Amino acid sequence: MRTSVGGRAAQYVLAYLFMLISLYPIVLMIASSFKTNMQIFENPLSLLPTAFSLDTYRKLWEVVPFADFLMNSIFVSVMSVLLITVFSAMAAFYLARFSYKWTGVLYFFFLLGLMIPIKLGLVPLFILMKNLGLLNSLWSLILIYTASGIPISVFILTGFFRTLPVELEEAARIDGCNHFQVFWRVLLPLIRPALATVVIINFIHAWNDFFFPLIFIQSDALKTIPVGMMVLFGEYETDWSLLFAGLTLSALPMIGVFLMASRQFMEGLTAGAVK
Amino acid sequence: MGVISTFERPTIRPKGRARWLIHLFPIPALIVYGLFVVYPIISAFLYSLYDWDGIKRGVFVGLKNFVTLFTVEPFNEMFWNAFGHNVYYFIIEMIVQNGIAFGLAFLIYRKIRGSSFLKIAYFMPRLLSVIVIGFLWKLILNPNYGALNTLLTKIGLEEWAKPWLGDPDTALLAIILINCWFGIGFAMLIFLAGLQSIPEELIEAARLDGARGISLLWKIILPLCMPSITIMTIFTFIQAFEAFELVYAMQGSMGEPFRSTDTLAVYFYRLAFSSAGGAGDVSVGLGSALAVVLFFIVASVSALSLYLMRKREVQH
Repeated sequence: MRTSVGGRAAQYVLAYLFMLISLYPIVLMIASSFKTNMQIFENPLSLLPTAFSLDTYRKLWEVVPFADFLMNSIFVSVMSVLLITVFSAMAAFYLARFSYKWTGVLYFFFLLGLMIPIKLGLVPLFILMKNLGLLNSLWSLILIYTASGIPISVFILTGFFRTLPVELEEAARIDGCNHFQVFWRVLLPLIRPALATVVIINFIHAWNDFFFPLIFIQSDALKTIPVGMMVLFGEYETDWSLLFAGLTLSALPMIGVFLMASRQFMEGLTAGAVK
Repeated sequence: MGVISTFERPTIRPKGRARWLIHLFPIPALIVYGLFVVYPIISAFLYSLYDWDGIKRGVFVGLKNFVTLFTVEPFNEMFWNAFGHNVYYFIIEMIVQNGIAFGLAFLIYRKIRGSSFLKIAYFMPRLLSVIVIGFLWKLILNPNYGALNTLLTKIGLEEWAKPWLGDPDTALLAIILINCWFGIGFAMLIFLAGLQSIPEELIEAARLDGARGISLLWKIILPLCMPSITIMTIFTFIQAFEAFELVYAMQGSMGEPFRSTDTLAVYFYRLAFSSAGGAGDVSVGLGSALAVVLFFIVASVSALSLYLMRKREVQH
């Protein structure tokens, strides 16, 4: 398709206008966290603080146990991602490489989870966690994120395992490898890109979720970053500088990781939908 | 392509003494998934058939909770009010979020300078927690000191400045548009993947046959992008009918102001977990009944669209 110069210019204007719309609120959030309340109220739009100050962050550190929130978030996300990856890879290996009467049914059973909105089982889940003594424990979150992350992960990994040639496995077996060694030493290293996808999808979900900690975590010391920040908004409603600093600190870890591996992030997130 | 691909017969039969060990591989995933996803959903179905006192199960009442949900004031009124909002949510997201996202994907597909940077920029909001987004926009939309009204005043549109979230006429739309802002980058990537999977020769051939501009887009490119459009439609539908976080973060569990931002998931949360549900107290029975209804809405529509999609794929 050929486009006129004017049309081409309009395309650029549109594309970069939406870039501004996407980025401006985020940059404004970061910039505002370095302003004083006076500066925010006088000039809420400016991206340049007149005097760069870290006071707000010092105050933030004092009024909320941000270090605790951060540690909780890291613990929950890392444990969930680890369990999801190991469990899903094992299940996917079984589903993709072996043939029994029930493999098809089992695969379908896992895929059902892609369509089930897990939040709807919240009440029974709450009672189950209560009976297991896991209310107000980070393990309740880890188990929920692991369980809800398994369907998409099994789906992605099974697809990947199927693309690997069978000869590879047979060769390894002739060399004396057992099932576990074939899985661990031969196949797993070969599906590393798919594992990266699974890690990224589930990490974003576990890191950002606030629905389940809202229900299952009561004590402040066990809160993850998103719910922890709710406390801040409840108590310091008028201290905008502090609020912006809280939001910035909550967003920064994920933005940092993203900027280091943006390509993997974007490819990873769409890999489940478009093969 | 597709969420559920047909299951092909795998290839290996294990041999040797320890071959039963292979059956241990799917067990951990099966246990965790079964216990914390499947079991709660099935239980929710059972719970909806019982009377409840707090979280203590009472007698079996059959479909009474469903009848109450649809015939007794204020429950039926709240249901249809929230249902309407979910539908509105879906329509606006389809038009605004997916419309813009497709446009942007098309611009990037047609090659534009700085496209890798643009992709990162569009995608950035998707990284933030919905709670961070909700609070951030609450500050931006603040009627007195917020950035948006300040901006409108500066460019001479004072009469447009208003308390966006406090006005029942604009609150829901504001929330949905924020959701669009959040989701555009992801939708754009899905559409871009769809566009890039179209074989170059097909477009060349159409061009040789005289297809140009709009007709090329409409008659050739859009139909070939149908799989990614279907996937995105399903995602958008599920997301619209599960809408909870943003409403809760910005307008609380009552869907303020005057329930003008209430959605089915927020209503569900109220019934099951807070005393503001309208039942006077927490009502596990009614909450579970609502969950079951919501489950059928989401499951039936996504199953239907998957069926239609696979039918079309067979025809290719």
